[in-house]
Amino acid sequence: MTGPGLLNRQRRRRIIASMFAFSCAAAATLCVVVLFLLVGKIFSEGAAWLNWDFLWNLPSRHPEKAGIKTALAGSLWLTGLTAVISLPVGIGAAVYLEEYAAVSRWKKLFQINIANLAGVPSIVYGILGLAVFVQLFTLGSSLISGALTLSLVILPIIILATQEALRGVPDSIRHASYALGATRWQTVRHQVLPAAMPGIMTGVILALSRAIGEAAPLVAVGAMAYVPFVPSGPTDQFSALPIQIFNWAARPKAEFHQIAGAAIIVLLFVLICMNVTAVAVRHFYGKRVRW
Amino acid sequence: MVMDRRSLLPNSSKKQTVTTYTMTTTEPIAMDDPTTADDAISRVPTVPVNPPIAQSENSASAEGLPSANVKLVTRNLRFFYGSVQALSDISMSIPVNRVTALIGPSGCGKSTFLRCLNRMNDMIEKTRVEGDVLLDGNDVYKPGTDVVELRKRVGMVFQKSNPFPKSIFENVAYGPRLTGINGRAELQEIVEKSLKRAALLDEVKDRLNDSALRLSGGQQQRLCIARALATSPEVLLMDEPASALDPASTTRIEDLIFELRERYTIVIVTHNMQQAARVSDQTGFFYEGQLIEVGPTRQLFTTPTEKQTEDYITGRFG
Amino acid sequence: MRFADTTVSLASDDGITGGVTRFRYWFERAIHVFLFACAGISVLTTVSIVFVLLVESVRFFFDVSVFDFLTDTKWTPLLKPQHFGILPLMCGTLLVAFGSSLIAIPIGLGTAIFLSEYAPPRLRDVIKPLVEVLAGIPSVVYGYFAVVSISPLVRSTFPSAGPFNAASACVVVGIMTLPMIISLSEDALRAVPRSLREGAYALGATKFDTTAHVVVPAAMSGIVASFLLAISRAIGETMAVTLAAGATPKATLNPLESVQTMTAYIVQISQGDTPAGTVEYRTIFAVGLALFLSTMVINLVAQGILSRMREKYE
Repeated sequence: MTGPGLLNRQRRRRIIASMFAFSCAAAATLCVVVLFLLVGKIFSEGAAWLNWDFLWNLPSRHPEKAGIKTALAGSLWLTGLTAVISLPVGIGAAVYLEEYAAVSRWKKLFQINIANLAGVPSIVYGILGLAVFVQLFTLGSSLISGALTLSLVILPIIILATQEALRGVPDSIRHASYALGATRWQTVRHQVLPAAMPGIMTGVILALSRAIGEAAPLVAVGAMAYVPFVPSGPTDQFSALPIQIFNWAARPKAEFHQIAGAAIIVLLFVLICMNVTAVAVRHFYGKRVRW
Repeated sequence: MVMDRRSLLPNSSKKQTVTTYTMTTTEPIAMDDPTTADDAISRVPTVPVNPPIAQSENSASAEGLPSANVKLVTRNLRFFYGSVQALSDISMSIPVNRVTALIGPSGCGKSTFLRCLNRMNDMIEKTRVEGDVLLDGNDVYKPGTDVVELRKRVGMVFQKSNPFPKSIFENVAYGPRLTGINGRAELQEIVEKSLKRAALLDEVKDRLNDSALRLSGGQQQRLCIARALATSPEVLLMDEPASALDPASTTRIEDLIFELRERYTIVIVTHNMQQAARVSDQTGFFYEGQLIEVGPTRQLFTTPTEKQTEDYITGRFG
Repeated sequence: MRFADTTVSLASDDGITGGVTRFRYWFERAIHVFLFACAGISVLTTVSIVFVLLVESVRFFFDVSVFDFLTDTKWTPLLKPQHFGILPLMCGTLLVAFGSSLIAIPIGLGTAIFLSEYAPPRLRDVIKPLVEVLAGIPSVVYGYFAVVSISPLVRSTFPSAGPFNAASACVVVGIMTLPMIISLSEDALRAVPRSLREGAYALGATKFDTTAHVVVPAAMSGIVASFLLAISRAIGETMAVTLAAGATPKATLNPLESVQTMTAYIVQISQGDTPAGTVEYRTIFAVGLALFLSTMVINLVAQGILSRMREKYE
């Protein structure tokens, strides 16, 4: 190899290296740009339509009269019911797996099953909800059917997050409790769960914010875009914010796209509030408990 | 402070009993600290009536003891982690209101033995126990034994202080609460009494509602002792309680152990031979899962009968 | 299962066991059963999904032969003459999955490499939360973005594209799966031990050499797993695809045409008023079964790769 040839090769390698670094940086920039484009577009379309009437009006065929009152109410109902159903079950399952189940093949099977459930498309849960809750249990296309279905969707998320939080509680705490004559449940109830609570709450809030944004399973169990009344109980028919957004976005008229944008702003606002709560919970408790 | 502590002791007069064997173990602090010197006198066993706590390695003599003076007896205790045998045929008796120290190199099985006594090893998967552990003559491994009740009678303090992430008060009150005591006044009384016995009350009485995690390491360990005392145990197991502490805190814990033996039967695991010599009445030497030798502390440290014991205490290994 | 240790066993008569109350025993036992039931619900969910999909699909296949289902090239369950060939739906799904991977894989991997190898920590602390925000945005919002932004962009670039087209679905699903690829790949890259990098630097390798020839190959299994999970997510993606790609079941590979994915078909039937019990209604279970099986197989493979990778580094 001669001198100039070596130099050439070195230069080429340097160029390739800097191009590689540049493309990686460009890819990262692109991700951020897309996020800003997305949010920017939503606000430019919807912000003008956002006002008090929009929040308090019933859905309508005329975009200028349409509002999200029933959809918002439906989403709140759904979130509440889903929380009530999925929290005890999800936390209970995680406690069983972390604190009760012996390290065994069974536990591994549970674990694989949960990881797998987390990857099942949400529309498949919708089909399950349709067949089991709507048809078999004859609950109809009601809030409770929707909430049960959403609970199944977010159950794996809650279980995995809770397990993570329980694993963060040092064994010394459990041993101390057992050594004082506590039973297994007393140890879990009085020591382990309280210590793991910040982590569990964070996971639960994130799971619920996933539930608020889900539309596919609700479509399958028969949520409707046009519900002219606010649901008064779990057996009522319902709409939900994502359903309303889907319906408006699917229409060709530009005004509907604009009010869909306004509805998305409301939805994102709710999601941001929940995430801020999650971060605050983590921050607040994170300071107090340190092992 | 030290005088205070002494006055806390309910029957300090009882301590001034005659001795059959005297303290000869070197104890530097004893010389320049009058209180400790005082302790040194009181260190003498109150029940020298049965010096046969000195046993040979084959401790059939354990069963020959008048049972009133023996709190815990193990007979041919074996312990397995899976297929690995961690303890082989440990037979030992632990006299009432005495401090029994267990010494030996790391991994010799002394902690495992300790954890067999209140069945904490039950928590570990794939372990197996053979042989008997008798608490006041009752086998604690008998099917149908209430482990929860056993652990209330046999308290434990761990190597690393492990306070619950709660207030000082709640830490101590946890045990009594488990037994259904909920009255605030009653709990307050128990908490204060326990903290007092653990020589911690004076330091924390104004901040019982502060987080236990804010206490210093030594205070945390004494809190853990107070917490264990709150369930009124008969036996107190201590697994290297001072190994993570600075010398000053260690001294406090040792003084405390010495006082506690008035009321409790204490078994302490330690890797520190000086500590064993300072605080215990009886010492057992463990090596590779076997109890090589057990006897009165002074005797074990001055005239060990076994070669391995001698090698260990003279620092030839471990 | 072991109950013996801290769960209380029943009382006997000696001193140690005297304090046991039957109540505490049964209470502990009841709690144990309740918690076991909670964990059991997750298994029951899987079993129910399989059972429901299988039973309804079997009934579906009484009316439609499996052979027709797999080989017919037309899918027109709601029109006469009815055809029940899943190929067009499969084709639509695969087109979107493939197209979205083409977008998400290079951008996602590039971002992951940037975050793990190149970005200064401060920049990383800014970009990572933003990527997480991207992951938290609901699917229907992405669908909206496809309708109002991406589709018009595609149409202005390729005038032959319709208002609904597979290309905009590919782009939007690509964006949606980015966070998954980024976070999992970055985890895999960061799990590569320092010693390996230092070994490469010690041989005189540049940052690029180390990254491209040592770190990325070492993290390859985790990276591949992230690709697989992203593809599985793309296959199961519903609302965004329905809004972007339309509802025209067509066995085409042209991304400018409107297609229908399996998920979009299920939405279409769910929104209509197809009466339960009819063969048209049962189509969603047969399609659901195909969807469930394909995502499950991919997920299991990815989980397998990930768990083997974890073992390797522990």
